[in-house]
Amino acid sequence: MVEYTEKIREIAKRLLQECKVDAVLGFRSGTIPMMNEPCFVREPEEVDRLIWDSNCGINLCNYLTDRKERIGVLAKGCDSRNIVTHIVENKVDRDQLYVIGVPCQGMIDKKRITAMFEDEVEAVEEKGDTLQITAGGKTSELKKEEVLQQNCSVCIHRNPVIHDEMVADPVPEQEDVDRYADVREIEAMSTEDRWAFFDKLLEPCIRCYACRNACPLCYCPTCFVDESRPQWVGKSQDSDDVRTFHFLRAYHCAGRCTDCGACERACPVGINMRVFTKKLEKDCKELFDWEAGMDPKSRPPLDVYRPEDPDDFIR
Amino acid sequence: MTSTREEIVQNPYLPYPVRIDEIVTETEDKNLKTFKFVFLDPDDEKKFAYHAGQFAELSIAGKGEIPIGIASSPTEKGFLKFTVNKVGLVSSHLHAMKVGDVMGVRGPLGNWYPWEVLEGKNVVIVGGGFAFTTLRSSIIYMLENRDRFGEIHVVYGARTPGMLLYREELAQWESRDDIHMHITVDATDDPDWKYNVGFVPPITEQKAPQGDGDTYAIVCGPPVMIKFTQPVLDQKGYAHDHIIMSLENRMKCGIGICGHCNVGREFVCKDGPVFTLSQLNQLPKEY
Amino acid sequence: MTTFQLDSDRLTEGIDRLHGQYRVIGPVAEGRFHNFRPLQPGQKPDFDFRNTRMSAKQLVYPQSQVMAEYHLDETREDSHILKEVLPDETPRAVFGIRPCDADAFGLVRRNFDTEEYKDPYWIQAYERATLVGLACEDPCRSCFCTSAGSGPYSTGGLDALLVEDPDGGYWFQSLTEKGERLREAAGWKEEAGSGVEDTIAERKKAAESRIVSQVHTDQLRNQATLDLYEAPFWEDVAFSCINCGTCTYLCPTCWCFDIQDETHGKKGCRMRNWDSCMYPLFTLHGSGHNPRGEKIQRVRQRFMHKLKYYVDKYDNGIQCVGCGRCVQYCPVNIDIRRVCELMNQRGSTGAACEV
Repeated sequence: MVEYTEKIREIAKRLLQECKVDAVLGFRSGTIPMMNEPCFVREPEEVDRLIWDSNCGINLCNYLTDRKERIGVLAKGCDSRNIVTHIVENKVDRDQLYVIGVPCQGMIDKKRITAMFEDEVEAVEEKGDTLQITAGGKTSELKKEEVLQQNCSVCIHRNPVIHDEMVADPVPEQEDVDRYADVREIEAMSTEDRWAFFDKLLEPCIRCYACRNACPLCYCPTCFVDESRPQWVGKSQDSDDVRTFHFLRAYHCAGRCTDCGACERACPVGINMRVFTKKLEKDCKELFDWEAGMDPKSRPPLDVYRPEDPDDFIR
Repeated sequence: MTSTREEIVQNPYLPYPVRIDEIVTETEDKNLKTFKFVFLDPDDEKKFAYHAGQFAELSIAGKGEIPIGIASSPTEKGFLKFTVNKVGLVSSHLHAMKVGDVMGVRGPLGNWYPWEVLEGKNVVIVGGGFAFTTLRSSIIYMLENRDRFGEIHVVYGARTPGMLLYREELAQWESRDDIHMHITVDATDDPDWKYNVGFVPPITEQKAPQGDGDTYAIVCGPPVMIKFTQPVLDQKGYAHDHIIMSLENRMKCGIGICGHCNVGREFVCKDGPVFTLSQLNQLPKEY
Repeated sequence: MTTFQLDSDRLTEGIDRLHGQYRVIGPVAEGRFHNFRPLQPGQKPDFDFRNTRMSAKQLVYPQSQVMAEYHLDETREDSHILKEVLPDETPRAVFGIRPCDADAFGLVRRNFDTEEYKDPYWIQAYERATLVGLACEDPCRSCFCTSAGSGPYSTGGLDALLVEDPDGGYWFQSLTEKGERLREAAGWKEEAGSGVEDTIAERKKAAESRIVSQVHTDQLRNQATLDLYEAPFWEDVAFSCINCGTCTYLCPTCWCFDIQDETHGKKGCRMRNWDSCMYPLFTLHGSGHNPRGEKIQRVRQRFMHKLKYYVDKYDNGIQCVGCGRCVQYCPVNIDIRRVCELMNQRGSTGAACEV
């Protein structure tokens, strides 16, 4: 995907020069391996800061909320679906956006790669579908597809669903992917086991809210955990309060989450809170045949009613 | 400077238990009440030695704490008074409490108006709305020590006559000849209103004395009042180190430790709340 | 100072001997990272880490801590009166603190232990702990301790230091009386051979040379506060910030907290919880006014506090020990080294940013 960089700069330069947009939202190269930083480029002379590689996992839609400028935004499949959700939820106007579609082949999992090496990873270089990893002075190769973020490895919408221009031809979508093997495993647990599993999963949580704040869906002006009148949730490390935060946040994302993986990626203590949102995603698919962010004209299933919606849960 | 646990006699986070002795509803909108507290342990009153301009944390078990300026004067013995605006969780709960209820007061906290500097000087107090609380403390303190100060002027404004705090005391002060009161309201249709009508800045312009090296202004009020009063004082020749203000910021600990209320390197709770305008000119406007 | 020689077994035996006299705490592997946890008798500290994910800060200053308790039952005489609750006074022995984290205690102490006010919770927890450091042989590439007033063998804030010897054993040095008492309780008596101090000094130098990253802080004090505050670079620095608490919660030197009452039935407690200047709620007034309502203001506050306000207030370096956690775990790669260079270089021309 590194080859997209030149094309991205070219498009960004043109858009800025022709004043089609006020700024281009993309990534600049990070200061440590496997990290890039979202950035806003306003001048045509600055487009060389923009880069693209397999470390662009932050969901850029998160930076569009309530902005008023005309923005050229780089969008992977998941980003584009969140942009659609933002448009549906009136958090941004389609007309103010110039969506630069980026066909995505998945983002790499920094935490996993770091854990694979005894020594600190000093550099990661991408060569097509191979990664050259330098750690402890030695360079070795990894197949990129083996170290993708888990959400990317089961992604079935790699190409943007809306775009004004593409940086490359669409990539083939993954077929025969089992999206919900992990969810089924948890569903199969007994209630007690599942509770214990959640307890263990959330035990490291420090309530930094990186998951919430990295999420483009979490744009509430005051999150329920921050409400003080009335106060819904305690502020301590009490496990009830930690669970309440994660469960309620997941429910608030039901039918809206695109499984972009920003939450899990942002977590400093390695919690896979995606198991919650994925369960709800699976339910939405099974109950309503719904996938979030595929169509700017459709509202998510939990804020509409259709006569054919399943209703056997009402007794 | 480091201490061991054994040397720490006082836990600065623990409030003194107090009983509510009296509650006075001050304003016609009933949003401001003055609470008079009496210490459960009389010895605590001695520990709570304070100066006019300081504040304290009012502490309600199960609800939390709020920082409130002390409205009583150190010259008034046997009780503390605080006038509280009903805005948040703690203040709303406090407004629902009754005489006889037990709660806590933690303090005194922060610095105070620079009484040593003000000794022998003329003092102009400019106050608006419910920020008049520590100004009441200051006026009573100065009147009790009247010979230690020069001329005293008070410009105090509220939206309507019914929104003025401490109305009985204002009337008493009006009748004295050793303090120049300039009470004003934004507007009124009360035909018996015998004081000024108009916003605080123009009244200050009309009534306050010219600034000089021997005259200090203490300004306390809503941001909009401060914004328009400052040019008036500038024009009247008040140097910025002769303009004294009291800040508010969200606080928790009140003792400069929890980090909430900083303005630049200063903590409003410990280094303030009282700053001169020349000090504030050096700080980010984060209040 | 005497250096004692321990092989790996003797270390374990000695630590085991401390149970009963001390609550013993050490690094434990949890999934993909290490954190400090109580060690059970027989359980070894796991020293196979570069640094713990959460800093040692929480040993003295837990994320959630009860400060006082109260009853609301009106039939009780003490109803509505807050009663002090101090942390467990049993001495604690902590093994495996990296020197950067230990230096942070000295720095944070300036906040919790002042002339006017003493924070009894922090001071007691610190005083009742014997902190045994573990010299750092394999620093991360994002570590910059040596230019942040610390270093891989720094002894600030520690009661004793363990240095790994090349044969898989350890050298132990007591730095305080507390450290010496711990050594005696552990029964470590075998003195290391002559020349060991030189060997340790060489190893220290070698470890310092492995710190590849640094910050420049020499101009921070000279900068005018308001000029830095109004510098044009903040917008670019803050753009990507998502205002989470990762940097502040992982930081060994961030000390801000919130105070909250939690009532269950007729009784409850007043507690403090870590808070973060990254959160809008941190500065929200009751009136709705917020002096730092914008993201750029909050990001600027964090860096101004660490690199300017603290520097000016204490004249004792920056409020950072260079542990590199915020650099490594910031979800969007905001890098304090880069910001520090921008602030330090403000007003000068031509100097290049190294990171």
